[in-house]
Amino acid sequence: MSILSKEEAQALLKKVLSYSKADECEVNLNGSDAGNIRYARNSVSTSGGISQNTLVVSSAFGKKLGVATINEFDDESLKKVVQRAEETAMLAPENPEFVSFLGPQTYPASPTFVQSTANMGPKERADAVAASLQISKDNKLNAAGFLENNTSYAAMMNSKGLFAYNTSTGVSFNVTLRTEDGKGSGYATKSYNDFSKLDVKGATASAATKAASSASARALEPGKYTVILEPAAALVLLENLFFGMDGRQADEGRSFMSKPGGLTKLGEKLVDERVNIYSDPFHPELPTSTWSGDGRPQEKINWIENGVMKNLFYSRYWAQKKGIKATPAPDAVIMAGTDQSLEDLIKGTEKGILVTRLWYIRSVDPQTVLLTGLTRDGTFYIENGEIKFPVKNFRFNESPIIMLNNLEALGKPERTVSGESNTNALIPPMKIRDFTFSSLSDAV
Amino acid sequence: MGAGAFMLPGLSVLGNSIDPLQALDGMDVGLKKALADVALNAARSKGASYADIRIGRYLNQFVATRENRVQGVANTESFGVGIRVIADGCWGFASSNNVEKENIAKLAERAVAVAKANAKIQGEPVKLAPQKGYGEVSWKSPIERNAFEVPVKEKVDLLLNTNAIAMQGGASFVNSVIFAVNEQKYFASTDGSYIDQDIHRIYPNFTVTKIDRSSGKFDTIRSLSTPMGMGYEYLEPKESSKVKGIVTRYKDRYDILEDVKAATANVDEKMKAKSVEPGKYDMVLDPSHLWLTIHESVGHPTELDRVLGYEANYAGTSFLSLERLNSKKFNFGNKLVNVVADKTQKGSLGAVGYDDEGVACKKWDIVKDGILVNFQATRDQAHMIGLNESQGCSYAQSWQDVQFQRMPNISLQPGKEKLSVDDMIKNVEKGIYIIGDGSFSIDQQRYNFQFGGQMFYEIKEGKIVGMLKDVAYQSNTQEFWNACGAVCDESDYRLGGAFNDGKGQPSQSNAVSHGSSTTRFNGVNVINTARKI
Repeated sequence: MSILSKEEAQALLKKVLSYSKADECEVNLNGSDAGNIRYARNSVSTSGGISQNTLVVSSAFGKKLGVATINEFDDESLKKVVQRAEETAMLAPENPEFVSFLGPQTYPASPTFVQSTANMGPKERADAVAASLQISKDNKLNAAGFLENNTSYAAMMNSKGLFAYNTSTGVSFNVTLRTEDGKGSGYATKSYNDFSKLDVKGATASAATKAASSASARALEPGKYTVILEPAAALVLLENLFFGMDGRQADEGRSFMSKPGGLTKLGEKLVDERVNIYSDPFHPELPTSTWSGDGRPQEKINWIENGVMKNLFYSRYWAQKKGIKATPAPDAVIMAGTDQSLEDLIKGTEKGILVTRLWYIRSVDPQTVLLTGLTRDGTFYIENGEIKFPVKNFRFNESPIIMLNNLEALGKPERTVSGESNTNALIPPMKIRDFTFSSLSDAV
Repeated sequence: MGAGAFMLPGLSVLGNSIDPLQALDGMDVGLKKALADVALNAARSKGASYADIRIGRYLNQFVATRENRVQGVANTESFGVGIRVIADGCWGFASSNNVEKENIAKLAERAVAVAKANAKIQGEPVKLAPQKGYGEVSWKSPIERNAFEVPVKEKVDLLLNTNAIAMQGGASFVNSVIFAVNEQKYFASTDGSYIDQDIHRIYPNFTVTKIDRSSGKFDTIRSLSTPMGMGYEYLEPKESSKVKGIVTRYKDRYDILEDVKAATANVDEKMKAKSVEPGKYDMVLDPSHLWLTIHESVGHPTELDRVLGYEANYAGTSFLSLERLNSKKFNFGNKLVNVVADKTQKGSLGAVGYDDEGVACKKWDIVKDGILVNFQATRDQAHMIGLNESQGCSYAQSWQDVQFQRMPNISLQPGKEKLSVDDMIKNVEKGIYIIGDGSFSIDQQRYNFQFGGQMFYEIKEGKIVGMLKDVAYQSNTQEFWNACGAVCDESDYRLGGAFNDGKGQPSQSNAVSHGSSTTRFNGVNVINTARKI
């Protein structure tokens, strides 16, 4: 039982609920059928197929809640997991933050499932990787990469009558090409719902160009530079901003959105007015599920509009306590941009540094969202609108809030995926002034 | 029929007052062996030259609280099977949560099909180091009290008492968690091993938060506990396990109530502390901090898969190379630096009897008197560094993930001469003493790193003069380990570690410990991390 149809999921969830003796019961079910192939040193290394299903039962007696999960689906196991959740609930003290499960909701469909991706098998994956390896060998480079596709479904049902179901497909590809002497490295990453949109050869060729042209990098002094961040580099910084947009954290005084006196910065302009960030589960380039894990509908939401912080996400408990709408956290975000290409941004730059990828991003200070990390796999010096030479990698210490205040220009958004969290987003390349590089790295 | 049905013969379906996890016994070993033979025979009959199977049952329990309430109690169970084969000289893998006999045979077939499809684009065929079969053997974490058998109420009470101490001490918020892990895994291979293991880990922790509402500033201090390869006995305090000093730290027994009281007082002091002046300082690093620096700057660059380029697309490569190893004179650090890899260390996260490809665990030198002497390898890598046998470094985070080279416990050996922390500090003119781990980041070849911490104490002319804040230090791995000034003796030796060391694609977590005694590093670059937004 890998991918259950809506009807099969509904029948299974009904059966699980029928075993419940709790005041309230909610059951989440998800499963996936995934295949992957990994390669390195111009040869396939590990690969495989993973089929899995998981059932999560949440049982409540009054405000006492217990949760249990299982991945066996015979009747005895289903009874066992319900019983385990109920016994856990009975042993737990009352949780004053427990909010009764949601009643029935209406969810429009989102185009997250694409048959061509679901049809992928070992041969399609091996063929795609063979094409990537050929480009590497033709260019006398060393390739390491990863191609993964998955078909998944998620369903939930509760004793209040709520039922939700969604299927989704995804394919992601990323590759690093290195020169034989180890002095140059280039990277590309792509992710789609639809396999037919994935251009493995194009992505590999782009990484190959960067690898060859990044060899023998020169050292520049650390300091403040104008940078052009490619979408994959921008996302790993911006996602830390989104992760910190929890309303309760802001109200409690422990996030960058908090202000003295127990107030928040909601409604204030925090970044450049050209910054517009929203989520939209129906966006054709980045469709996501139309319901969140606790059954709340996902809608189009503006998070930052013309630089103003417009919305935060809330748990149902905190929203109820504050008497506001319980907006769930989005599954993916979209940042508006312009029609300018990456090349246009480079052409318009007198002096600056082009950053392909940022790596090992960690929070240094949550109060200012100060982050640290390093450039990687293709960092270049730009002068008079042209890439002049590769530069050695830098460590940076920078906050996305400060960065979005130092915005110079935005390019055309493209779908990319975070190398840190695997989160997908539509993000433009962006040009930022006074980006702080604090030290040099010898890493290639 | 799911295997879970075999496990709970006595449990009432109507429910009763006992914690159901108390009744969890593993699947019958005879049944696992029979299922394993189905897989191994099916793989061989489809053309595999080697096969192994892991039947795994993974239990987790989370008890999470904040202030005076329980946020969640969750018990998770995951059961399934992963089959790995070599066919046409290439690895293939398939996994499923369906552990029925018929499915296992099909799964083995699927793994062989994956291997054969990929063999067409394979370079050199896989070459395994020889490994004798051990027959039917077993291993169990040497725990004193199974955390899954401790009633939920006992855990809840301990955490709520912890929180009460913090709130009474003036904390604005406190979160606390007990996380328990039990990996029941059965491994069998065509080499003739049938290995049954029962592995336990635990991680209690808290975070105390203090908010100054008038200025809008906030700060936190985390517990000085660490994840351990132990049972619930880790939470039973013992005076002989305490290391007294400016803050009490803990060896193999943890006193959460004492630690939260200290953390609540310290977060107040931290908020009022002086912002650090950037510059060069001698760093005195407590094991509760140094474990993470060892992990990132010694553990990762000595992983052979990184050295060879297998992680180039994700976790990165290494500044180390086969040439540097073979030269037998690469100064990783100075003569004070001795590092061992050890999968047998009691209480550590990495301790198991056998790794995930059926190799008995062992201990070996990585850096000896400052010189790089070895890496970390699996069966298919051993020949690349001239070894005739694996070092037992194979691990998969669950039945559904393929096993690959993962870090064993990597630890800095204590100083050979008697030296206490107090005596070490007495010899520091201008320094910073760091307790607890904080922000961490290192480049993909493990040269340039930056670390923060939990508590920073300024040392002036041999004395601690107060707390600092906004501290992070940056260095280069080889320079840092060659700037090692002194290592305290074994009386100060402690483990630190993490459950969630990430590597591989799809990414997998590995649990690993790192031991050390307090160590001094001379003339390290410190930056100030304060910003205004």
